[in-house]
Amino acid sequence: MTSSSEPFVRQELAPERRAPASTTGIIGFARTRLFNSPGNALLTIVGVLLLWWIIVPMLHFLLFDAVWQGSDRNACLAQNAGHPVGACWPFVQAKLSQFIYGFYPEPERWRVNLTFALAAILLLPLLIPRAPAKVTNAALLFVAFPFVAFFLLYGGGLRGFAVGWSADVLSNLIGSIGDAGAKLTSLGLGQQLPVAALLLKWLGDGIVIASTVALYLVFPLAWLQRQSLASGQPVWADLAVTALLVSLAVFFLSGGFRNGWRPLFTSLAIFAGIGIIIAVMGLDRGGLPVVDSRLWGGLLVTLVVSVTGIVASMPVGVALALGRRSSIPLVRIFSVAFIEFWRGVPLITVLFFATYMLPLFLPGNFTVDGLLRVLIGIALFAGAYNAEVIRGGLQAVPRGQSEAAQALGLSHAKTTGLIVMPQALRHVIPGLVNSFIALFKDTSLVSIVALFDLLGSLRASFADPVWATPTTLFTGFAFTGIIYFVFCFAMSRYSLFVERRLNVHRRS
Amino acid sequence: MATEARKPPSQFWARLRGILGGHAGWGGFAFQILFVAALAWVGYEIFANARANLQAQRIASGFGFLSQTAGFGVSQSLIPYSETDTYSRVFLVGLLNTLLVAVVGIIFATIIGFIVGIGRLSPNWLVARIAGGYVESVRNLPLLFQILFWYLAVLGALPGPRQSISLFDKFFLSNRGLVIPKPLGEGGLQVFLAAVAVAVIASIALRIYARRQLFKRGRIIVIWPYVIALIVGLPALAVLSAGAPVTFEIPQLKGFNFSGGLRIVPEFVALVVALSTYTAAFIAENVRAGIMSVQKGQMEAGASLGLSHGATLRLIVVPQAMRVILPPLTNQYLNLTKNSSLAVAIGYPDLFSVFAGTTLSQTGQAIEIIAITMGVYLLISLVTSAIMSFYGWRINRSLGT
Repeated sequence: MTSSSEPFVRQELAPERRAPASTTGIIGFARTRLFNSPGNALLTIVGVLLLWWIIVPMLHFLLFDAVWQGSDRNACLAQNAGHPVGACWPFVQAKLSQFIYGFYPEPERWRVNLTFALAAILLLPLLIPRAPAKVTNAALLFVAFPFVAFFLLYGGGLRGFAVGWSADVLSNLIGSIGDAGAKLTSLGLGQQLPVAALLLKWLGDGIVIASTVALYLVFPLAWLQRQSLASGQPVWADLAVTALLVSLAVFFLSGGFRNGWRPLFTSLAIFAGIGIIIAVMGLDRGGLPVVDSRLWGGLLVTLVVSVTGIVASMPVGVALALGRRSSIPLVRIFSVAFIEFWRGVPLITVLFFATYMLPLFLPGNFTVDGLLRVLIGIALFAGAYNAEVIRGGLQAVPRGQSEAAQALGLSHAKTTGLIVMPQALRHVIPGLVNSFIALFKDTSLVSIVALFDLLGSLRASFADPVWATPTTLFTGFAFTGIIYFVFCFAMSRYSLFVERRLNVHRRS
Repeated sequence: MATEARKPPSQFWARLRGILGGHAGWGGFAFQILFVAALAWVGYEIFANARANLQAQRIASGFGFLSQTAGFGVSQSLIPYSETDTYSRVFLVGLLNTLLVAVVGIIFATIIGFIVGIGRLSPNWLVARIAGGYVESVRNLPLLFQILFWYLAVLGALPGPRQSISLFDKFFLSNRGLVIPKPLGEGGLQVFLAAVAVAVIASIALRIYARRQLFKRGRIIVIWPYVIALIVGLPALAVLSAGAPVTFEIPQLKGFNFSGGLRIVPEFVALVVALSTYTAAFIAENVRAGIMSVQKGQMEAGASLGLSHGATLRLIVVPQAMRVILPPLTNQYLNLTKNSSLAVAIGYPDLFSVFAGTTLSQTGQAIEIIAITMGVYLLISLVTSAIMSFYGWRINRSLGT
């Protein structure tokens, strides 16, 4: 009885239990993540074997068995090297300039290098979130740089400036509209139905009269163009007149004497910058010698096509995304049809469209460069894809934002431009980068329409009998594969980085 | 006495304004008119230019060329085709080849994609890393690069027919393609096919019946033994009673090439391998996202209801994951179909290659041919996306959102 009422107190130590299996360190890691069940152990073994079979031959091919020096195929043959031959790197060395520049003339290649360097200098600060002056930087990269790059890579100079161009374009456009009006009138004369004939005649006459009036309105521009041509320095005269006109317009539109000074100075500074570029590159004196785009090739074409596609597809995408959300019925229908059309067809049909059909649609005396045609096709194609990405971003902006902006009295354009679009674009940066990666990869398709981009140059280099060895193909693919991989992988990592940065406030 | 309710003010003009110009009102209407006028003008210019250019280059127009003789051979055709057939026959051959590549590629891409996607979520560290490495390396290389790699480098490096790699002396892989035994239909084929069809229909009927019983009376009927018995038994019975359905013609090496057997051209092999591995990387990401979208609590809830692990996966996790996976999966199938047009780079006779490639260069009728080709791809995409939006609508309706 006593024993049951007394509390039980243990007298001796309990035997030591074995320490639990370690879950830290390499052993613990292997136990929990690699061999925690028979099935997993089997998978691990299979995985190790797989890696062994992939990585060891790959290292042998790329490094250990590779031939590093030589001047032709003999160096890369097994009987001359004395061991099984892996990659034939002399082949890449010999073809490197072709892979990067294509057939760009040797003495002019500094222009390509300078363009690459400029792009890198402008791009890097834009990618670093802490670097200052994002807006100026972006404007330089996306607006100023394309023009500089064009004159650097292609060459040639200017014969006029904005006043001259707008005079030319407007008078041509108005002339063409007048022609259409005259055609309508003559069509009306041949009609049997009196009502239709009358309507067509009225419509045609109206268009003709309107175009005549418009021609008189354009007359001052044409006069200015003639004056600047007569002055002996057409580019500079035209630039000065344009700068004056545009700066005055900016000055008065943004508040005149009260608060228009700052925009005035900005505008003058921009024109001064344009003037400096023209002077430095000698655009008024004919510029650099022209290098026809048929001579371009390799990485140059890949980068030109993808960067132009990226820059040109953005405005197209924004316009289509806004059009698709517009409440104006025909604009919406047109945008939907346009987007669905381009998204529904493969890119290669778009390239064929641009190469074979576009020349038929343009006036006979008007030839478009082969590269430019492809660029137009790619810009429209990528624009349609971007439009869907941007539309997703627009949908993610809460309705209250635009309603608040309207309540503050902002117009529709200002609501979109200042409130909705910036937020939407912020949301979709990762999506846009993804579509840019897709675009970068898709530029390889231009090799099918006879442009020698990186992949096209690679394929062309295989035809060289001087370097025909059993491993040449693999070497070439390894080299280009690494280039493509580096570009795409860097872009995708950067997109992840931006995504994480943007979502800082949402992270739990 | 109650006064009569006032009629609402006339909405006619406001309504009309809304219909014609949306929120922008009459301004929007005017904008539309200008927009249409500009489009009409561009259209007119294009039409006039095209007519003038075609006349200047003496290119015929219209679809008459479809009934002309094509006069070129095609290396692979699912339907009988000879050089004397018309361009419309060529179109059909190309379309069938495109569909063949698409279907075979989709099957392989789905299998690889699901394996890799599940592998990326595996608790096994090494397997997850290997799957991740596969996805990253395949996704970051252009598809055309991969197609050319498989075609030029890998298949090009294969030995000739005499030294071909053989499996059981029945399958031969060489630089002339993959040669496999060719199935030849025998007398018992029809009976066999009929037996298979009956078995499948009976199994489906059985499943429908079991589902009904489950939902109406709560009775669980185990049907899988019957289904297996049906699917295996009926065809086996047919073979026993009517004889073998097919015999195989084994390829023989004669001289420098194979005779007999079914030859799969190397272009097809390269295209299918490249397309399915490439698309599989994207499908793997969709699968991973789909599985990760199902919350952990769902699994735990299933377990607490007393469902087994398999039943929880089958009845709770997979249906929810599939809802997320299916739309992007269809998108990937569409991409694969569109990407199959890259066959033109290696000369596999798909729709694009024989029609927009060879036929275009022979007839020069760019407008008609590119329009037809684009139209076919567009039709495939639009039909698929229509089906998908119907599916999404049904899902939304069933969820009541």
